[in-house]
Amino acid sequence: MPFTDEHHDFRRLVRSFVVQEIDPHVEEWEAKGMMPLHDVFSQMAELGMIGLEYDPEYGGQGADHLFTVILAEEFGRAAGGSIGMALGVQADMATPSLHEFGSEELKQRYLAPALRGEMVCSIAVTEPDAGSDVAAIRTRADSDGDELVINGSKMYITNALQADWMCVLARTSDEGGHHGMSQIVVPADAPGFEVSRKLDKLGMRASDTGLLTFSDVRVPAANIIGTPGDGFRQQMAQFVVERMWAAYGAVGSCEMALDKTKGYLKERVAFGKPLLHNQYLQYRLAELAVEVDLLKHYNYATAEAYSRGEDTTRFAAIAKIKAGRLLREVADWCLQFHGGIGYMEETWTARFLRDNRLMSIGGGSDETMLQVLARADGYWM
Amino acid sequence: MRIAVCVKQIPDPAAPYELDPETHFVVRPEDQVLDDTDRYGVEVALQLAEAAGDDASVTLVSMSPSGSLQGIRQALAMGADKAVIVDDASLRGADALTTSRVIAAAIGREGYDVVVAGTESTDGYTGVVPQQIAEVLGAPSLTFARKVEAVDGKIRIERQTQAGYDVVEAAPPVLLTVTSGAVEPRYPTFKGIMQAKQKPIDTLTCTDLGVTADNQQVITSVDPVPARQAGEIVEDEGEGHLRIVAMLEEAKVI
Ligand SMILES: Cc1cc2nc3c(=O)[nH]c(=O)nc-3n(C[C@H](O)[C@H](O)[C@H](O)COP(=O)(O)OP(=O)(O)OC[C@H]3O[C@@H](n4cnc5c(N)ncnc54)[C@H](O)[C@@H]3O)c2cc1C
Repeated sequence: MPFTDEHHDFRRLVRSFVVQEIDPHVEEWEAKGMMPLHDVFSQMAELGMIGLEYDPEYGGQGADHLFTVILAEEFGRAAGGSIGMALGVQADMATPSLHEFGSEELKQRYLAPALRGEMVCSIAVTEPDAGSDVAAIRTRADSDGDELVINGSKMYITNALQADWMCVLARTSDEGGHHGMSQIVVPADAPGFEVSRKLDKLGMRASDTGLLTFSDVRVPAANIIGTPGDGFRQQMAQFVVERMWAAYGAVGSCEMALDKTKGYLKERVAFGKPLLHNQYLQYRLAELAVEVDLLKHYNYATAEAYSRGEDTTRFAAIAKIKAGRLLREVADWCLQFHGGIGYMEETWTARFLRDNRLMSIGGGSDETMLQVLARADGYWM
Repeated sequence: MRIAVCVKQIPDPAAPYELDPETHFVVRPEDQVLDDTDRYGVEVALQLAEAAGDDASVTLVSMSPSGSLQGIRQALAMGADKAVIVDDASLRGADALTTSRVIAAAIGREGYDVVVAGTESTDGYTGVVPQQIAEVLGAPSLTFARKVEAVDGKIRIERQTQAGYDVVEAAPPVLLTVTSGAVEPRYPTFKGIMQAKQKPIDTLTCTDLGVTADNQQVITSVDPVPARQAGEIVEDEGEGHLRIVAMLEEAKVI
C-alpha cells in the first residue's frame, strides 16, 4: 500500500487521540448508554478527522481514501466499539449520498455542520418489518405541493437520540419493489417526528439506538437527495462505503485484541510458566494473526480499487463477511485464553465479544453479503 | 518575535531501549519520536507567537541523526514554521556541554528573541542543556516555567519551586524552560500534517556552524539497575504506625 509519511503521521495522531480523548471516557459512556457526540465530533472536526475525503468547500479535508482506512483502523482499537460505529455513521454511512448527489443548499445546510461536528446525523433505512430486504420498506413520503409528508417507522437507528437530522429512505411513489424510493434529509426537530423508544442492546451499549416514528412529518420536497426515485440505488452505493468502513475497523480491533491477549498470556502463570509457553496458544493466536493479516491486505486491495474509482460492491461484501466472522472468532478465542477473568465485566474481553458480535448483522448480515456475492458471481438462479 | 524551540527526537519510549555494547550509546532507530516533554515547549512557543502576531516565527532546533524526521514533522505539524537540524556523525554520543554549544551555535546562526526548551530530555535526563545554551548565548535563563506570558515587552514566568512558585521576568533575548504542567499541547491537525512536509528543514553539520565536537565525557560502564529488594511487610496489630514512624526516621525523611 502506498502509505506516505503523512499517512503514518496521521495514524499516530489518531492513535494518540483515541488513547487520550476516547478511551478514558468509555466506561462512563457505556454506563450512561450515550456518548456526547456533539462534543467529541466537534473536537475531532477541529483536527480534521470528520469527512476526510469530502470537498473542502463543505468542511471536508480533500484527503485520499487511505486516510479513511487509517481512521477506521485506529478507531477499531478504541476501548469500545460504539464510538467507531457512531463516527462511521456520521462520516461514511449517513453522508456519502448527500455529498455526492445532494443539492448545494442541502449540503450547506446539513453536510457542512455535520463535518464541523455541530450536527449529528443518522442513517434510517431499516424498519420493524424490513431489514435485509430493503425493498420491503413501507415508510412513505407523499407529495403535497412542494412538501413531502412522511409516515412510517425506522428501527435500530444508530445515533438516534442525538441526531439533528437523518438520511431517511422512503417510498415517494407507488412503483413498489426497488423502485420509487428516495433518500430524504429529515431534520429531527420536524413536527411529527419522534424517537419512540431507546433500545436496550447486548453490546455497543454506549451507542444510542432508537425506534423512530414519523407521523405526518413535513419536509420540503427539495430535501430529497439526488434524483427522486433513485433512492434504492443511491442507498446501495452508500452501503458499500459503510461496509468498507466496518471491515477496515475490524482489522484495528482484531490486532488490538491479539496484542492485548499476547500481553496477558506472557504474564499469567499456570503450571509454573507463563501461559504463552503453550504451543497450542501460540499457534492458535498465530492462526488468527494469519486471518487478520489477510483481511488487512484484502482491505487495502479494496481501498486501492475504490481509489481508482472502481465499483467495490463485491470487495466490500467479501471484506465485511470476513470481518464479521473473524471478529467473532478473535473475540471468542481472546476471551477463552483469559479464562475466568475474561468472562468478567471488568476485563475488555467481555465488551469486545458483545460489541463485535454486531459486525455479522449490522450494515447487512453475513447472509446478505453471501446473497450479494452469489449474485455477483453467478451462484444464483 | 523570533522564537527558537529546542526539540529532541528520541527512540520511542514504549519500545525497550538498546545500548551499543561498545560505546554504551543508545542505539537510535531510523524512526524516532518527538520527546514528549518537548510538546510543551512547542506549545508555549506557538502560544507566544500567536500572541505576538503575524511576523512572529517559530523555528525548531534539534541536534540528532535526522532519521525519518518523524519527530520533527510532528512538531512542524503542530504549527512550527521551520526546522534546523544539526546532523553530524562526529556528534554521536555528544555530552551535555558539546550538545549545548552546538545547539547554541545553531540558534545564534538563525537569530532569536526567545528560546524555549523542555526541562530535560526523556532519554538523556541530564537536565543541564538549556541553562548551558543560555550561558553560551549570553542570555538570561528563566527555568521551570509553569506559566509563561509576554508582558510589556518582557517574558514573565511562574517559576515552579518546591514551596510554590516565583514570578520572574526578563526582556528578550531570553531562554526559558517549561515544565510538563505549563500548557496543554495541541494535537497536530490533518492540515498541519499535510503542510509539515512542505516546511523548510535545514540540515547543518559542525562545519556549517564552525563548531567541533569536543567530548569531555566518556561512558566507562553501564550496569543494570539492581533488582528491587523485597519490601518489609508490617503486620498491624495496633502498633503498626510506630514501626512506620521508625522506618521513616531511619530513612531520615522525618
Ligand atoms: C446495533 C444496531 C445498529 C443498527 N444501526 C442501524 C442504522 O443506523 N440504520 C439502519 O438503517 N439500520 C441499522 N441497523 C439495522 C441492521 O442493518 C439490520 O438489523 C440488518 O440489516 C438485518 O436486518 P433485520 O434485523 O431486519 O434482520 P432480518 O432481515 O429479519 O434477517 C434476520 C436474519 O435472517 C437471515 N437472512 C436475512 N436475509 C437472508 C437471505 N436472503 N438469505 C439467507 N438468510 C437471510 C440473516 O441471518 C439475518 O440476520 C442496526 C442494527 C443493530 C443491531
